[in-house]
Amino acid sequence: MSSEFWIIQTFNGLSYGALLFLLASGLSLIFGVMRVVNLAHGSYFMLGGYVGLSVVWRTGSFAAAVVAGAVAIGLIGIGMERLFLRRLPGQTLGQVLMTIGFALIFQDLALLIWGGDPYSIPVPRFLQGAVRAGELSFPSYRIFIIVVAVVVAALLWLALDRTRVGARIRAAVDDGEMAQGVGINVPVLSLAVFALGASLAAAGGVIGGAFLGVYPGADFEVLPYAFVVVIVGGLGSLPGAMVGSLLVGLLDNFGKALFPELSYFTLFAPMALILALRPTGLFGRA
Amino acid sequence: MMLRRPGAVAGVAIVAILVAAVAPWLPSYPLTLLTQALIVAILAMSLDVLLGFTGLPSLGHAAYFGVAAYAVAILTTERQAGFLLCLVVGLVAAAVAAALFGLIAIRATGTYFLMITLALGMVVWGLAFRWVSLTKGDNGISGVPRPDLGLPWSLWGPLPFFYFSLACALVAIVLLGLIVASPFGMSLKGIRESESRMRTLGYNVWLHKYLAFIIAGTFAGFSGVLWAYYNGFVSPVDVQLVTSVETLLMVALGGPGTLVGPAAGAAVIVFLKNFVSVYTKRWLLILGAVYIGVILFAPRGLAGAFHRRSS
Amino acid sequence: MSRRTIALFALAAFLLALVAGLGTPTARAQGGPIKIGFLSPLTGAASALGKDMLNGTELYLDEIGRQVAGRKIELIVEDTEGNTQTALTKARKLVDQDHVHILSGGLLASTGYAIHPFAEAQKIPTTYPVMSSDDLTQRKPAKWVVRTGWNSSQSTHALGDWVIKNTKYRKIATVAADYAFGWESVGGFQRTFEEGGGQIIQKVWVPLNTNDFAPFLSQVKRDADAVFAVFFGKLALQYMKEYESSGLKGRVPLLSNGTTVDESVLPQMGDEALGTISTLHYSAALENPTNQRFAKAFEAKAGKIPSYYAETCYTNARWIAEAIKAVGGKVEDREALLVALRKVELKDFPRGPVKIDTFGNPVQNVYIRKVERVGGKLQNTVFFTYPSVSQFWKYNPEEYLKMPLYTRDYPPCKSC
Repeated sequence: MSSEFWIIQTFNGLSYGALLFLLASGLSLIFGVMRVVNLAHGSYFMLGGYVGLSVVWRTGSFAAAVVAGAVAIGLIGIGMERLFLRRLPGQTLGQVLMTIGFALIFQDLALLIWGGDPYSIPVPRFLQGAVRAGELSFPSYRIFIIVVAVVVAALLWLALDRTRVGARIRAAVDDGEMAQGVGINVPVLSLAVFALGASLAAAGGVIGGAFLGVYPGADFEVLPYAFVVVIVGGLGSLPGAMVGSLLVGLLDNFGKALFPELSYFTLFAPMALILALRPTGLFGRA
Repeated sequence: MMLRRPGAVAGVAIVAILVAAVAPWLPSYPLTLLTQALIVAILAMSLDVLLGFTGLPSLGHAAYFGVAAYAVAILTTERQAGFLLCLVVGLVAAAVAAALFGLIAIRATGTYFLMITLALGMVVWGLAFRWVSLTKGDNGISGVPRPDLGLPWSLWGPLPFFYFSLACALVAIVLLGLIVASPFGMSLKGIRESESRMRTLGYNVWLHKYLAFIIAGTFAGFSGVLWAYYNGFVSPVDVQLVTSVETLLMVALGGPGTLVGPAAGAAVIVFLKNFVSVYTKRWLLILGAVYIGVILFAPRGLAGAFHRRSS
Repeated sequence: MSRRTIALFALAAFLLALVAGLGTPTARAQGGPIKIGFLSPLTGAASALGKDMLNGTELYLDEIGRQVAGRKIELIVEDTEGNTQTALTKARKLVDQDHVHILSGGLLASTGYAIHPFAEAQKIPTTYPVMSSDDLTQRKPAKWVVRTGWNSSQSTHALGDWVIKNTKYRKIATVAADYAFGWESVGGFQRTFEEGGGQIIQKVWVPLNTNDFAPFLSQVKRDADAVFAVFFGKLALQYMKEYESSGLKGRVPLLSNGTTVDESVLPQMGDEALGTISTLHYSAALENPTNQRFAKAFEAKAGKIPSYYAETCYTNARWIAEAIKAVGGKVEDREALLVALRKVELKDFPRGPVKIDTFGNPVQNVYIRKVERVGGKLQNTVFFTYPSVSQFWKYNPEEYLKMPLYTRDYPPCKSC
């Protein structure tokens, strides 16, 4: 294998991992604050993509599509949390099952509204083409995804680490009861985090929609990846989501390039191994 | 101490007799649906041992179901193996898989257990999908013949196979009932309520959970064996995430911790899926709404709604 | 009686009522309507294809006023949900409860394999308009199943031949979906291409659930003269996009099987698909009068151009109608109906002339097409026709069947 091969594959793995970060960071944060495993998270990704698609068709603006997707799905997330999940405080299983019910409903609604054809969100003109470095060619759009993920990661980290709100969120993740006792409004915080997580996934869906496409079944196709990232990185941990998505992106990419027959095995087996050694993931806490 | 819930036992007996009596008059399509419901009920009950009785929610239970189903499919189509051999190999395969995965999964509880079992279920799915020389991958394995038990009635007919499945389901429910009513079963319930308390009382909690995991996996395998014979066809769909999720929903719908509840939940879901999809394309939406409705308004499932239990 | 027991009785009664309600058999009068049972994925990931299949079928049946040989036709459609186990259950319902006279439809290869033994056991005349697994009419034919569509390697045999005779490409890399349809399509291409002196220098297999094609396309060997691709649905869309962004487009010409640029996905593609040379037994751009009429009518009904799924089901419906006419409407005589199904031979289907071989597979034209933009829209312009192509290409069936089925590793990649 030439060095060219390794460079290209690493780049591909990084760009895929970047997309996964947008998808999975929300899932991890939601769990951290609310202890809810949201099986409709893949649906947020897919619905975000569909909303973005409609916006692009109508307005031609990619940026508007991302914003619209994020806002729309953020609102749906708020609705889900406030009207439904809130009624089952502390019931992990009940909440998980409820999110499954929603996932099914979203899947059918998407089919009803947008039909079953697969679509692709057009890449904005200035992001088409590739950056060349000698023999190698790096698609500009993938560079864009990496940049977006890095910016989002930095913003999230700064927000969690340096702001008051961030401190409150971290307190709620560490010990919800104590945080509530100290006067932190945990329910409002949870709602905000839930909305943020949903919006991030939806934005990921729009951005991903330009190279993965938007199609029925995208929700359950992308969900296992989100879970692997979060399991490996550790639930509730932002650094975990960052490291996890990088790892999964690279593992998946190299696995498919080097051992295509074992492609799912190369992804899930290392994950099972990590879990065998650290059940709470690399950065997670019990 | 065995018949702690005479109402449930009577209920099961009544339903079994009713159904067995009515069967010869039913047209073959509803009969095959009933057969399907019985087989899936065994799967749901096996998960109940894990979820309802031990408090471990598994999102990867279809793995053991599938491993056994594939074992039967491969043995019958490649080696023309007989029923007894297939049954034994299927059960052993499921048990071994559960024993292996249990070692990884039992270290976690609650949400982590959920995630880990989901991941392990995906490993099995990945293998079914990609190990094409063994499982024929996406094509699935078709042409699994009905078992030849040497009985005067051929199991190729829907009615004899129905009675065969009914018998198997009754065997399963009796065995599982005995297990959960035994002191071992009691300890499982204790673990569900509070692991730390059981530990201080001197129980080997890890071992109990591990055994429960293996028992649940083995009975899931039993269901898988019957499923392969019933459909004559096994494919990666049988081990995919959606199948594990549906099983979990059957248990939640029926009422965890009651055995009978999940069996009923299985029947309701099998009928809902097949019935509703005949009349509307929006059956998935309806199903999702039903799940949400049940969880909101009958959180202890159907059985919970019948029992007035303080928890 | 406790509340509990009453409730359990109620539940049992409810279930039995449900069962009985489901079990009400439909009338089986002689001289009543002719019932055609049609299996199609109306929900799930393949629902767009299922819709095309249904629209194609209904278009034809409406054209003949839903009656043939003096009897009404009743089309009973069941949703397979894109899943073979459901397809099997619904097939049982159609045969046991609805008492259909003919079973038809199905999409997934696994459904084809699963329904074969069912059709044989039930002795019900069955047609497969879409399912194309080679072996269903080769080493594992079923007496009661007739294919009215195609088989996977039929058209790719032709493309391999065309490439040798009309281009200078002698070293080709294949990138295909890693499942039987992909293996069979590549196998057919490889056989005729290598027999003509070409070399397949690489075979890249892409798992079905892939969404990122970069790891696969970045492996394509630099010295390939062309790439031969086999995909369908959203995979085809993703593949085309990545083909362009990876820089292969423009540098390495793209050849493909028919489904990769089928009209079910072509409208969603952009300029990245232009110039792709593909092969199939149909194209919506065919210029014969039947197809032009059909395409217009389909577009009026469904709001989109017909894909091969639509045409094959339209033709399938006509095929069934012709067979029913041939038996004078007496569909209750299943053996006679089956014989009639195997004897239909017409020259003016939208795809051209079709007849059935002794194994139950169509012998028909295969078209070599190129993606062009005409009138602002992408289409598969036909520029070469291979007439009367059988599933065995130019081989004697006995010789052909002595060779193994095309799989992942057969034909072996000697120059990889």
